[in-house]
Amino acid sequence: MYRSHVLVCGGTGCTSSNSPKIIEQFETLIKEKGLEDEVKVIRTGCFGLCALGPVVVVYPEGCFYSEVKPEDVAEIVEEHLLKGRIVQRLLYDETKSSEQVKPLKETDFYKKQNRVALRNCGVINPEDINEYIAYDGYQALAKCLTELTPEQVIQIVKDSGLRGRGGGGFPTGLKWSFTAANQADQKYVVCNADEGDPGAFMDRSVLEGDPHCIIEAMTICGYATGATEGYIYVRAEYPIAVKRLEIAIAQAKEMGLLGKDIFGSGFDFDLHIKLGAGAFVCGEETALMTSIEGNRGEPRPRPPYPAVKGLFAKPTTENNVETFANIPTIIREGAAYFASMGTEKSKGTKVFALGGKIKNTGLVEVPMGTTLREIIEEIGGGIPNGKKFKAAQTGGPSGGCIPVSLIDTPIDYDNLTAIGCMMGSGGLIVMDEDNCMVDIAKFFLNFTVDESCGKCTPCRVGTRRLMEMLDKITSGAGTLEDLDKLEELCYYIKENSLCGLGQTAPNPVLATLKFFRDEYVAHVVDKKCPAGVCKDLLQYKIIADKCRGCTACARKCPVGAISGTVKNPHSIDTAKCIKCGACMETCKFGAIIKE
Amino acid sequence: MKTIEELMALRDAAKAKMTTRDDSSAVTRVVVGMATCGIAAGARPVMNRFTEEIEKRGLTNVTVAQTGCIGMCQYEPIVEVTEPGKEKVTYVLMNPEKATKVVVDHLVNGNPVVEYTVGAIKK
Repeated sequence: MYRSHVLVCGGTGCTSSNSPKIIEQFETLIKEKGLEDEVKVIRTGCFGLCALGPVVVVYPEGCFYSEVKPEDVAEIVEEHLLKGRIVQRLLYDETKSSEQVKPLKETDFYKKQNRVALRNCGVINPEDINEYIAYDGYQALAKCLTELTPEQVIQIVKDSGLRGRGGGGFPTGLKWSFTAANQADQKYVVCNADEGDPGAFMDRSVLEGDPHCIIEAMTICGYATGATEGYIYVRAEYPIAVKRLEIAIAQAKEMGLLGKDIFGSGFDFDLHIKLGAGAFVCGEETALMTSIEGNRGEPRPRPPYPAVKGLFAKPTTENNVETFANIPTIIREGAAYFASMGTEKSKGTKVFALGGKIKNTGLVEVPMGTTLREIIEEIGGGIPNGKKFKAAQTGGPSGGCIPVSLIDTPIDYDNLTAIGCMMGSGGLIVMDEDNCMVDIAKFFLNFTVDESCGKCTPCRVGTRRLMEMLDKITSGAGTLEDLDKLEELCYYIKENSLCGLGQTAPNPVLATLKFFRDEYVAHVVDKKCPAGVCKDLLQYKIIADKCRGCTACARKCPVGAISGTVKNPHSIDTAKCIKCGACMETCKFGAIIKE
Repeated sequence: MKTIEELMALRDAAKAKMTTRDDSSAVTRVVVGMATCGIAAGARPVMNRFTEEIEKRGLTNVTVAQTGCIGMCQYEPIVEVTEPGKEKVTYVLMNPEKATKVVVDHLVNGNPVVEYTVGAIKK
């Protein structure tokens, strides 16, 4: 028996901030102290609180050590593991308490969360199938294969009210029933793990932290729809996820949980991993299947839908990672349990990747219907540096934004659609008063311009023209007429593009136009950028009253645009100024402003 | 894997190895005083005996942890046993043999070994 378990986060976030080195240090020092038979070190998936990484949790005390550096390990081993004294200085502030350590689940970040898809992330060792089984893994599969008919499985998924978590929100049970209804000599299950939205990392974390649950869910889907083969299409840029999937598939095969005659039911299922080369369009379901087939990743017209003619022209069910991650719990705990969470038309929970101007950057899972205010202010810990919340961007380049006036909207598929936004896959980027909304629209549009596959004209040419119009506006050359043209072109692209990428590409522009038209107007009429982001519209000025003539700015200016004599107010030659902002940073008296 | 029984047996075996990570209040906690005074008085062999015995007897709802100085250094090694919903029992002047008896009587059969407790010594 190991009296103590040391869990070190091995998700991508913590790995890039040195967690492998921390694990190595723990293993060396624990051996040095002769504790290797008493203390076990485990590499887990993501804990969610990425802002505080690298994360180390020591059980049985449940101490949550944050921002641990390799050089801190010696102290944890010496003090905590050897002498039983908790290292207070490394504890996550919220868990500090006068008596003993406050459990993590009682902290603001975790207490409003309800983890279904992420239930094992940061809890088990993803590279050990036994730990997954210890937490009730593969029981749902056993139940399906030994007790339920495929029709019953589909009915349970239908009853649960689960909807596709990739962004579309299509009812999962219904999707499965379409494939099940089609007769064919071969059917397929495909897991879409081509997570490409900037700022989104939900799927990656599930694959890294709990790969077996995806294998279990895909096998269940295969049984329900009559498919015997599955593909996981995962980005090559997710090396940790790929490695853990490979390990998990090998372990499941060895234990007979994948392969022939699973649980003596006569049902066979096999899984393959297909690496994506990083094209955003391959996240679109038909483009993804074209890519698996070995062709250039381009979408194809629907109908025929994948349920009729999908991968290799066979009936195919394609679901997103997070959708699959909910399946084992739904089967094990029942449809009613899942349906008890969420809102009337959106059941269960949703994982969001919180990013941008927020204190607790990380991964959160909340019941549908939680308000944006709760996510940002309570779980996310609010906006840093005392800035004011302006908007939250959801759904990445296909989504829109929620302005501060709608911060109390309960988040579910239908509410977001109603306000002209989109659930999307779950990226949630928080913006404060320093963000220019025109610039944000430009950022996302720039992404889709780059990622458009070029097959259809509205997307290929249309998005580029949109980009040029936005450039015109942010450079101060725009007119009010341009705003109308911009909007018109957006609708044209939406209506005429071939696939989801083009149909949703104008969303960031439309949403910002809808909620922040005044900012666009400020750019074209006043030729000003209210947030002070768009360089062409900015001017740096020295306030004569505040300037002491210290010459610091003049010495710092790389282009010699600042002139003046000692102890007399300086001035900036706007013709020479390159708007680098160096003078403003240098000034100790707050005499330089940009407007 | 051919039957659900096989899976459940595997689960129970795997779960027993993960009690350490269960921070719910449903787990019995054995806490050994491991400050300088405790270690000098022989706390480590006591703690090791607890972990060995707990594993040997397949107790799946017990964790063993260390703590610092409890304040009664003359009575070290001190061991505290907290069962869910019950008052904490403090054992003093422990040694490995006494540890075995505590595991058998208290943890397995639910009868605290009164003569090893701090109350018995002080009288």
